[in-house]
Amino acid sequence: MTAMTATGGSEERAGAGGAGEGTATRGLYERLKAYEGRPAATAGVGKDPVNAAMIRHWCEAMGDVNPAYEGPDAIAPPTMLQAWTMGGLSGHQGRSGAYDELSALLDGAGYAAVVATDCEQEYLRPLRPGDQITFDAVIESVSERKTTKLGTGHFVTTRMDIRANGELAGTHRFRILKYAPPPARRKGPPTAQPQPQSQPQMQSQMRVQVQALAKARRPRPVINRDNAGFWEGVSRHTLLIQRCGGCRTLRFPWLPGCQACGSPEWDTVEASGTGTVYSYVVMHHPPFPAFDPPYAVGLIELAEGVRMVSNVIGVPYDKVRIGMPVRLEFRCVDEELELPVFRVDETLQRPVSRGEG
Amino acid sequence: MSLHRPDALSGRAAIAGIGATEFSKDSGRSELKLAVEAVHTALDDAGLSPADVDGLVTFTMDTTPEITLAQAAGIGELSFFSRVHYGGGAACATVQQAALAVATGVAEVVVCYRAFNERSGRRFGSGVQERQPSAEGAALGWNLPFGLLTPASWVAMAAQRYLHTYGLTPEAFGHVAVTGRRHAARNPAAYFHGKPITLDDHAASRWIVEPLRLLDCCQETDGGQALVVTTPERARDLRRPPALITAAAQGAGRAQEQMTSFYRDGLTGLPEMNVVARQLWRTSRLTPADIDVAILYDHFTPFVLLQLEEFGFCAPGEAADFVAADALPLNTHGGQLGEAYLHGMNGIAEAVRQLRGTSPNQTPDATHVLVTAGTGVPTSGLVLSRDGAGAPDGSSDSAPGGPPDGP
Repeated sequence: MTAMTATGGSEERAGAGGAGEGTATRGLYERLKAYEGRPAATAGVGKDPVNAAMIRHWCEAMGDVNPAYEGPDAIAPPTMLQAWTMGGLSGHQGRSGAYDELSALLDGAGYAAVVATDCEQEYLRPLRPGDQITFDAVIESVSERKTTKLGTGHFVTTRMDIRANGELAGTHRFRILKYAPPPARRKGPPTAQPQPQSQPQMQSQMRVQVQALAKARRPRPVINRDNAGFWEGVSRHTLLIQRCGGCRTLRFPWLPGCQACGSPEWDTVEASGTGTVYSYVVMHHPPFPAFDPPYAVGLIELAEGVRMVSNVIGVPYDKVRIGMPVRLEFRCVDEELELPVFRVDETLQRPVSRGEG
Repeated sequence: MSLHRPDALSGRAAIAGIGATEFSKDSGRSELKLAVEAVHTALDDAGLSPADVDGLVTFTMDTTPEITLAQAAGIGELSFFSRVHYGGGAACATVQQAALAVATGVAEVVVCYRAFNERSGRRFGSGVQERQPSAEGAALGWNLPFGLLTPASWVAMAAQRYLHTYGLTPEAFGHVAVTGRRHAARNPAAYFHGKPITLDDHAASRWIVEPLRLLDCCQETDGGQALVVTTPERARDLRRPPALITAAAQGAGRAQEQMTSFYRDGLTGLPEMNVVARQLWRTSRLTPADIDVAILYDHFTPFVLLQLEEFGFCAPGEAADFVAADALPLNTHGGQLGEAYLHGMNGIAEAVRQLRGTSPNQTPDATHVLVTAGTGVPTSGLVLSRDGAGAPDGSSDSAPGGPPDGP
């Protein structure tokens, strides 16, 4: 018995894509390991006490006619253990920031797809109608990077301790694989999402979800001979601004000549990485598969005076403001795409905003 | 040359016919069919037949080639056909192209048309997620990986800066929406006929891309619009009073992009529209005070404010108050917010109706009407005038190389 866990949607949707942490893959495993032992859910309370109606529904759905689950002395089927902790359509309660951070870190490293792989349960005492359920969960382990048929990624195991009226009644280990699907699976533009299927089987639902996530890649940069140097710079973690060889004017976006003087000669200067938010928008509608609205997109004015569109990270989407000082970071948004993004950094002195009026 | 001196086109062509299909959300027929219907309606309006047409102009974005339109509309040989690029920025420029052709004798009757199933077919508002690595694609490509994907978002980036610079809130945009919908409410051809809105409705509408709300964004439309351009002399013999083309101009600014001119100036103006404005004022010898009605392109409300400022109707940062004061009849058909989104072509038709005295929101004795095309893109504009109006200073003192005497 497995169930999909919704691991997307971090609390902090700063900038597009929402991952609150994470830059390059360097040191990723160490950072993932640091989440071991941290809470995944704290002081959770079952939405309903153990009850005959849910037991009957379960038994009918499973085709389980065991008489132990009926009558005045009925116990709950032991495999219902997790069911008493589920958030249902109204969502989870008590899930910790650590679990969301870990998910976001994996998302940011390109392991944006998720599949539930297995679960293990131990039963210490039967659950009976009327039992009040409480639970805590911990991130028990994060695996090294593994390559599977689905793709390369990390297994994340959580262990949940389930209590009935305060007494430990069972444990539930749940394992997911956060992974990057291989490129061959994702040809063509990320447009239509597969239609949800009506079959009740969990496997087919999971397959649909995996496909949807696999297609949900950000639009690619449009790279050609005139701007390839910029993206080569990004791959080396440098942000390159063109400088006219004639009049020395800095320019962005990249073009093969200078509007100020027409000279075709140019070289590049590396941006210092500091800047300010010159303007921004918050995207709400329409939704795009690779983005999780609402999210902010900023127009950054670099200290060198040129501007570029990017994402502002480090603050929630609704806290981005014109004039905020920002600092360059590089972020892997999937296994093939790394982007220059800008983290709000209030330790930087606010430069005087340029170009007013 | 017209960046520096008045051009010689003034008064040498006129709009003699206008015609549109119904404006709907699902036309149920092809874009070609819509184009043919609009062209036939415009020719009927002028009292001309398809056989009279020797020139056609449309947008590069239009899916109906001039030759296919001619085949399907009963039009024969063509001596002039042209297309203008940059989305809605093409609207007034199609008329300029036609006027250039008829003024020089390259053609005698030129029809400008635009038809699409923009609501039931390809919706521009659904955004862009990939582009080819052409120069044009690369220019837009800088925005795509970061999720800045829609026309609303590209306008919103400048709108946010405008609000910040002048200390305004997004409610400042509401006056444009309310004005457009008020006019649409009285226009039976408008999609939002009978459906005015209030400032509260605007402020309560949902965010699309902050700082733009739903009611800051124009609707999406299926339909077609056509305009017949010919010489003033021929127009005077036709069914309707001519709308003289007093001035026509295109404009692109420095560091111009298509909707994403984020890398220049203060993002609080529309430099390309300033290029248009300077030419229109100089060639027409008119000033903002001479304009009776303004039809300003309104795909999104903020850029109506910026246009009013670029044309000098009010000072920078004051346009919201200017619209609120109702000082100038504005978008009297309801605009694209209220009547229909026909890429600006329906606004030109409204300017003609004002000069004929047949607008659903008629301004008494409308003599000079300003019309503009798409904003945020390389764009165009027109001053259309009632026949016999002339320019206020008289144009008979024009310098050599200047416009010929007014009619």
